[in-house]
Amino acid sequence: MATHTKIPAESEKTARIRITLNGEGVDVSFAPYKTLLEVLREDLGHTGTKHGCELGECGACTVILDGKPVLSCLTLAVECDGRDVMTVEGLGSDGQLHPLQEAFADLGGSQCGYCTSGILLTAKALLDQNPHPSRDQIREALSGNLCRCTGYLQIFDAVEAAMVKIASHTKSAT
Amino acid sequence: MSSQKDSPKPAAEKRADGDGLRVIGVPRRRVDGRAKATGQTIYADDISLRRMAYGKLLRSPHPHALIKKIDASRALAHPGVYLVLTGKDLPNKYGILPVSNDETALCVDRVRHVGDPVAAVIAREELTAFEALDLIDVEYEILPTISDLEEALTTPEPRIHNYGELGNIHKRVAFDFGDVDAGFAEADEIFEDLFFYQGSNHLAMEQHAAVAIKDPEGKLTLWSSTQTPHNLHIAMEKVLKIPRAQIRVITTPNGGGFGGKSDPFHHEMIAAKAALLLDRPVKITLTREEVFYTHRGRHPVLMKFKTGVKKDGTITAVELQNVIDGGAYGSYGVASTFYAGALQTTTYHVPKYRYQGCRVFTNKPPCGPKRGHGTVQPRFGQEIQMDKIAEKLKIDPADLRLRIVESPNALTANFLQLRTVKLADCIRSVVRTSDWKEKFRKLPEGRGVGLACSCFVTGAGVSIYWNSMPHTGIQLKLDRGGGVTIFSGTSEIGQGSDDILAAVVAEVLGVTTYDIRVYSGDTDLGPVDLGSFSSRVTLMAGNSAIQAAERAKAMLAEAVADKLQVPKERLRFADNAVFDSAAPEKRVTFQEAVCLGETRFGTIGTVGSYTPPKMPATKYKGGGVGTSPTYSYTAAVIEVEVNSTTGWITIPKIWIAHDLGRQINPTLARGQVEGSVYMGLGEALMEEQEFRRLPKKLSHALVHKFPSILEYKSPTSLDMPEIVTEFMEEPDPQGPFGAKEVGQGPLLPIMPALANAVYDAVGVRIDEVPITPEKILKALAEKKAGREPRYGPTHFPEVPYPERLRVPPPWEGGDGRAINEEVRRAKLRPEKEKVLTR
Repeated sequence: MATHTKIPAESEKTARIRITLNGEGVDVSFAPYKTLLEVLREDLGHTGTKHGCELGECGACTVILDGKPVLSCLTLAVECDGRDVMTVEGLGSDGQLHPLQEAFADLGGSQCGYCTSGILLTAKALLDQNPHPSRDQIREALSGNLCRCTGYLQIFDAVEAAMVKIASHTKSAT
Repeated sequence: MSSQKDSPKPAAEKRADGDGLRVIGVPRRRVDGRAKATGQTIYADDISLRRMAYGKLLRSPHPHALIKKIDASRALAHPGVYLVLTGKDLPNKYGILPVSNDETALCVDRVRHVGDPVAAVIAREELTAFEALDLIDVEYEILPTISDLEEALTTPEPRIHNYGELGNIHKRVAFDFGDVDAGFAEADEIFEDLFFYQGSNHLAMEQHAAVAIKDPEGKLTLWSSTQTPHNLHIAMEKVLKIPRAQIRVITTPNGGGFGGKSDPFHHEMIAAKAALLLDRPVKITLTREEVFYTHRGRHPVLMKFKTGVKKDGTITAVELQNVIDGGAYGSYGVASTFYAGALQTTTYHVPKYRYQGCRVFTNKPPCGPKRGHGTVQPRFGQEIQMDKIAEKLKIDPADLRLRIVESPNALTANFLQLRTVKLADCIRSVVRTSDWKEKFRKLPEGRGVGLACSCFVTGAGVSIYWNSMPHTGIQLKLDRGGGVTIFSGTSEIGQGSDDILAAVVAEVLGVTTYDIRVYSGDTDLGPVDLGSFSSRVTLMAGNSAIQAAERAKAMLAEAVADKLQVPKERLRFADNAVFDSAAPEKRVTFQEAVCLGETRFGTIGTVGSYTPPKMPATKYKGGGVGTSPTYSYTAAVIEVEVNSTTGWITIPKIWIAHDLGRQINPTLARGQVEGSVYMGLGEALMEEQEFRRLPKKLSHALVHKFPSILEYKSPTSLDMPEIVTEFMEEPDPQGPFGAKEVGQGPLLPIMPALANAVYDAVGVRIDEVPITPEKILKALAEKKAGREPRYGPTHFPEVPYPERLRVPPPWEGGDGRAINEEVRRAKLRPEKEKVLTR
């Protein structure tokens, strides 16, 4: 077994950013090679964001960056200074699940659940931008997020159910 | 019968007297649904412990080589590296099947495929470990590579393993159930067809991961995304030489399994060994590329089907021969080889049946079990051949199948005991919902429909290692606060096993699933469960849970009956209360009932366990594979549009009917069907584990064509057709509340139904998967040239199948025993010895 007194370069947290994470200002130091995915999971303890390929192929790591869905495995954390990041941990509010989360849990939108966070955030970004997407628009929006369990149909159902719920909330609020 | 799409199933009847089902059959949020929708489910790689180190595996760049020398000194000198392990540190062999313990945690003297691990680095940071892999110097002596099944048959040397049968043949199986030649002699028509089924990966979204610690008492705990914690427990005892009592295996919720996390794996052994040596937590998470090397996916299989039929479609005999490309290790391969011939008799009545199977070793990542294990490939061939038979006999393929479906409670030619069989109803269902009669051979050129059927086990009748103990067990604890806790060894791989256990217990005790906690997959907390495979958990663990719950209920009923002064037979458990069915106002709450029970009997804790019924077939050698407490049935119709210029296939709609006995949670049942259809479409259309040789001037190594998700194409949300699902619900006496399997069976008809639909659309037979545009165009070109309008294998190699084990079927006076076992054994022995002494 090896013993070394030198600090390995990979351990040196020489990079530092301030971001708004799920509405809260945070300050984090990390090794500069890290992706946003790694910083979220390893340095900020936000493990709700998943990885399935580390190469931008599967969509499991999707987060919302300044209102747009991005693949956090392809985003260097140092690029995110001063920006707004939303992860699955920030979807609900006031102790309540987001309608998308309710619908996914109730309607079979999640089986193993591993792709769910990324899909929820992609769907959230879609509904923020287009409150009444057609099924084809939902399909299109989610086409970068792979799910191996559901066959997608219950995911579409869940997004549509959430869409209706959000629309009725918005209506009653105005 | 209920239709998921058109008319949602009404909520289960809820009667005031407490009778009727209140949880079972009602669509409901699964017990782990909230955790998954909030990102709070802790998968193995989400575990982060103080002082945790990270491991990475150095993998062979060569498909076949001897390891001459490993020098890790440079890696060990790298700052941040704690430990380097090589094969000699963990030399004990293991493997999922006792008959093929042919793996070591790290290769000792030989690598057998690109990606076979030769060393492991454990370091402070994952990146450090990764970088230090480059600092390990390995000297290899390159060996000739065996790349495919034909090469394996014709190249006995060098042997990839020094066990197995002949040369690079791992396992051969040969059976005659009845006088098969006489069966063919009786036939009016004989059909012979070749099929090839390409291998594919499970592509679970979560890459395998494991975390190990030496716990404060000095014992070992391993968290892992495994489908088989019990078998992993056994393998770890063997590899680490630590008594099982001092090892705790905890299954983390699997981010998808599909069979791919059913073997004990290198990284689990290495993380454990390193944690013990370093006395600090060690995590190893595979990259996606490594998952492709770890594989255990669908076996590529070349098949020859011969079926004899009468003019009316009655089958007189079936013969199946195959060669199975096993890859570099045994894995489940021996079971796969038996399975590949086991279920050809369960859909249609086959009076005489011959099966000859042969699994070979090749220098590729090992194949293993993937959804539908072993039975997917032969079902593909059989169901396409049925379509060809129907056409030749001028019978509608749905009608042909309806004429010959096997009967409920039949004992098949190979002694499989069927129970409820609703295949005919499934066929009628999809014929009706799809408008089959209006479409088949009637749609315009370029459009078509295809039909196929299938059957799958609901749990395996015999366990992987032979024993007479239960296959699963449940411990139940009732809390005086009214809470119910289930302790189980089952693995939640996304299929919803925790939810099913909660549902059946809630139903029996009259509480809601929200009142129940499920602790599953922990070898310290729950009784042994054999694992999440062969669609066994709902039936086996479900029945155990019902038994445990019934025992607890009986105790509470006795105490409540005394308190309320009513006969205990009249008590009902429903709506979180226990009451007199004749006078429902006489009642106590469930919590009060637990207190009364505890006052009378002490702590309320019960157990349940399940052992499959004795199977008559287990009398002949190999007869255990394919036996099951009961079987599920499926029929599917697929509609396609095929562009004859581009070969592109579009699928507007799929109709599927599945006989599952009863739906426990309809939301989950539908999800299993749709997920199976999806995965089947992936295999039918695009997924393939393909290899290629590097040019000679490089290493000539056999490498993966697609070790990444980008290149390994799988269907996306844009590719999913509409699916109409119907369930045939005749409760099966073997199942918990009558339930049979739903997680694997619905995948099976998809690939052949698609092939049959393509034929209906453009008149070409694609006798292999994936069915790609390229293959369709090639077949269309053949058609245009006036040759056989087909794409598929054209040649079946010479295979040295052994003498067949002769087992007369029930209707030829057979009792399930082979009549030539002794003679055959004597003949086989010298053949094997010759190989081993060479």
